[in-house]
Amino acid sequence: MRVLITTGGGDKMKIQKTVLAAALGMAFVSGAAFADINVGVSVSATGPAASLGIPEKNTLTLLPTTIAGQKVNYIVLDDASDTTTAVKNIRKLISEDKVDVVIGSTITPNSLAMIDVAAESKTPMISMAASSKIVDPVDEKRRWVFKTPQNDQQMATAIVSHMVDAGVKTVGFIGFADAYGEGWWEQFSAIAEARKLKIVANERYKRSDTSVTGQVLKLYAAKPDAILIAGAGTPAALPQKSLKQRGFAGKIYQTHGVANNDFLRVCGADCEGTFLPAGPVLVADQLPADNPVRATAQEYVSKYEAAFGKGSVSTFGGHAWDAGTLMVNAVPVALKAGQPGSPEFRAALRDALEGLKEVAGAHGIFNMSPTDHLGLDQRSRVMVQIKGGAWQMVK
Amino acid sequence: MDLEIAMLLGQDGITNGAIYALLALALVLVFAVTRVIFIPQGEFVAYGALTLAMIEAGRLPGTVWLLLAAGVLVVALDGLDALRRGGVGRLVKVVGWNIVYPLALVALMRFVPTNTWPLAAKVALTMAVVVPLGPMIYRVAYQPVAEASVLILLIVSVAVHVAMVGLALLFFGAEGSRTSAFSDASFTVGPMMVSGQSLWVIGTSAALIVALALFFGRTIYGKALRATAINRAGARLMGISPALAGRLTFMLAALIGALSGVLIAPIATIYYDTGFLIGLKGFVAAIIGGLASYPIAALGAILVGVLEAFSSFWASAYKEVIVFTLIIPVLVWRSLTSHHVEEDE
Repeated sequence: MRVLITTGGGDKMKIQKTVLAAALGMAFVSGAAFADINVGVSVSATGPAASLGIPEKNTLTLLPTTIAGQKVNYIVLDDASDTTTAVKNIRKLISEDKVDVVIGSTITPNSLAMIDVAAESKTPMISMAASSKIVDPVDEKRRWVFKTPQNDQQMATAIVSHMVDAGVKTVGFIGFADAYGEGWWEQFSAIAEARKLKIVANERYKRSDTSVTGQVLKLYAAKPDAILIAGAGTPAALPQKSLKQRGFAGKIYQTHGVANNDFLRVCGADCEGTFLPAGPVLVADQLPADNPVRATAQEYVSKYEAAFGKGSVSTFGGHAWDAGTLMVNAVPVALKAGQPGSPEFRAALRDALEGLKEVAGAHGIFNMSPTDHLGLDQRSRVMVQIKGGAWQMVK
Repeated sequence: MDLEIAMLLGQDGITNGAIYALLALALVLVFAVTRVIFIPQGEFVAYGALTLAMIEAGRLPGTVWLLLAAGVLVVALDGLDALRRGGVGRLVKVVGWNIVYPLALVALMRFVPTNTWPLAAKVALTMAVVVPLGPMIYRVAYQPVAEASVLILLIVSVAVHVAMVGLALLFFGAEGSRTSAFSDASFTVGPMMVSGQSLWVIGTSAALIVALALFFGRTIYGKALRATAINRAGARLMGISPALAGRLTFMLAALIGALSGVLIAPIATIYYDTGFLIGLKGFVAAIIGGLASYPIAALGAILVGVLEAFSSFWASAYKEVIVFTLIIPVLVWRSLTSHHVEEDE
């Protein structure tokens, strides 16, 4: 605030007015000092990513409404899996709702587009999307951005290791004809090559396809030892059903994108024996007692199922839970530096998020650093096999 | 590529093509009679498939509530008019069809364990829920603007499509469903295996096409629809109500859509938004037929299905590109061979 009373012998009225304005301004600032913490959320609760966005949205209702004695308001907007809407949402959240932190969005393209707005307004943002590009490398803009889901690379490494250990020599790949399948192809083909796995077929299909006969015939003709299906949710069941129908006897791998109960329902007996990497929350009850993730993962599962029914939990909601967990742990530290609603608080919250160590979430243990805004290690993934229509941890 | 693969792909293409053919026929029919480009045609596929899946799962499908809500709207629009023109008897009829009937369905599904019924009964129940939505949607969305230009009707179609997809997400959730197969049988014909379900799809499609041909050729209602399609004003002068023709057309479109959904649900996972893409491929076929010719549209649909199957084998990443690019040479050819007529009369 500029001190304006130094105008000395100037117009008295003008001075009075400025003092009044200054006083009003002070009142406004001090009013804001006691403001609540505002958390802005943009999730993809409708559109193609709805099966991920809906459990995330549900999970957000389970987050605490007070942190360190401060009331927390959640302003939840739906971005309909649309990039333009996601940017509109974050602009609205920051300019109109004056949020202190943004959680979102569900999918990678939306999250990438939101980075600019978050950095411009110096608001910390926690993404629930998977791509490592969202937080890597941590540059001037991505300083403000954090994310909770495991990188595809971590998951792809787990699959390749499992394949190599199981004696697989040749592998076929079929993935979504979109960013998800393409991202997996990049990661998987690079890691597989490094581990001397031979990729004999590479196919694509659309999540809305009603038939994959052509692709499956081509995969089948290449006679691989194992096939990786890189799809998310129930659409990933289609190639697997077609492969079984064709009589494919090799190993089938799926990605962590299928880890919800709807996939088991749709795929049924055809998915028996399938391997996939997943966040530990999927098999929370089977984790060994000394696993540090077990307690927090179980807490999340029991809270979610109490609110939304037994068997309703999915790993996607776990990413929202982890975003909330990071925030809950960072807010008390940031409150020491400033009051919610101020730029100081937002900056302190960013610093506090970056300084988080050994925070246990549903998907793993977070150790943030100035160069790593994900902070998950190998404790954030387990190999799981589908046995008897249920998820079974591979020991 | 050997013969076996080619035959398998051909079988797959013809099965999908049969579904596209049904949808293409419905699109041509709706356009001919009402000048509506019926984008929500595909939604009836998803509604049919997912309603059946919910009945199988023993849950009350949200579509019956939509039926009830649409029925209330129709009564609100038509009730007073019916009372004025036809007295209490006519009003009772309107209320009976639009409110009592949906309520009866709700009661039936709530209190009778319909999930233990045989499959045929479940399919009939699905039809009973989804098909009346067609005429109701016509009454609420299209009839008030029936005389508007093709462009305005198209805009209404887009609005109805968006509303129906949104409601489907609400009713059925984001994840897909499959239903149990009509037949698990499979036959070996020479070197290839034919699944019973594909025979069902192809057989039902063929039977429906024959039934439609008989309906348009032999019945008074079918002839009335044909008359309306050929000359709207002339048909009106002959005493054919355009509103009745519209509702009848939409009922047929809903019937074809829902039946396609029920047929395809056991061989493909259906999502709340699957219908649009299936409908769009039917639309490509309908365009091949110039939105006017039924046999060319049906052949075009088979072509789309087979092209799709073979392109998924050779260049799976470009499958949709290849299918939808087909429309360009067709449009060029059509615009070269036909005279351009300014449509809006």
